[in-house]
Amino acid sequence: MNWNSPSEFFAMGGYGLYVWGSYAMVAVCMLIEPWLAARRHRRALQESAEQHAEDLV
Amino acid sequence: MAAVLSVVGLYIGFFVAPTDATQGEAYRIIYVHVPAAWMSMLLYLVMAFWAAIGWAFNARLAFMVARALAPTGAAFTFLALWTGAFWGKPTWGTWWVWDARLTSELILLFLYLGYMALLESIDDTRRADQAGALLAIVGAVNVPIIYFSVRWWNTLHQGATISMTAAPKMADTMLTSLLFMTFAFWAYAFAVVFKRTCALILEREHDTDWVRALKGKS
Repeated sequence: MNWNSPSEFFAMGGYGLYVWGSYAMVAVCMLIEPWLAARRHRRALQESAEQHAEDLV
Repeated sequence: MAAVLSVVGLYIGFFVAPTDATQGEAYRIIYVHVPAAWMSMLLYLVMAFWAAIGWAFNARLAFMVARALAPTGAAFTFLALWTGAFWGKPTWGTWWVWDARLTSELILLFLYLGYMALLESIDDTRRADQAGALLAIVGAVNVPIIYFSVRWWNTLHQGATISMTAAPKMADTMLTSLLFMTFAFWAYAFAVVFKRTCALILEREHDTDWVRALKGKS
């Protein structure tokens, strides 16, 4: 085990800003991108459904 | 699956792997930097491959996969550069240098963005796919340049720590963590690209019979 306390863990030996700055951006991108992809998928489904409804009328 | 692998990888990376002798704790950025950089190159090659298949066999699905890969590849390239900057600042004393490795990776980002912009700018889907494929295939030249840049030129970026031919120059736990993170990123990329491909198929093929049949069922 490398860390004796939570604060030591967050400090990262003085490199906290750099380590957490990197990880935060990775986390942000990896949350936004799947969300965008899922939204696009949902919209594509919706649009095709609407179009088909129009076709039937 | 990507989430599970990430948790395991990060646990080993942060709690098991020791502190680096020369770089202190800052080296822990490696667990996202290296997988992101690897994925940025791998996804580009996969994208160029599908673009080439699409071109050769006039396969629409191959073009769609290539299209779906671009945003994810661009995201990983951006992350490799971002985490690289956050690593370079404490260890090299600068966010950015015009070093061969960094510059060629930046060119990769522009290739991804250029590919996406080109596809968006051409209205005719078929022509857009073909023009994009040409760009993707020609741009693939850049990938070996990135990979070998640390060997061909004198760069500030360090050489490869892990290669197929020699034993890795790092502690086993660090390597294990790195591999977990690489598989996690790979699983993530696969999932997102798959989702986007499905969306693209639905967008393009919405008036075909099978989509109608799918609708009828759901």
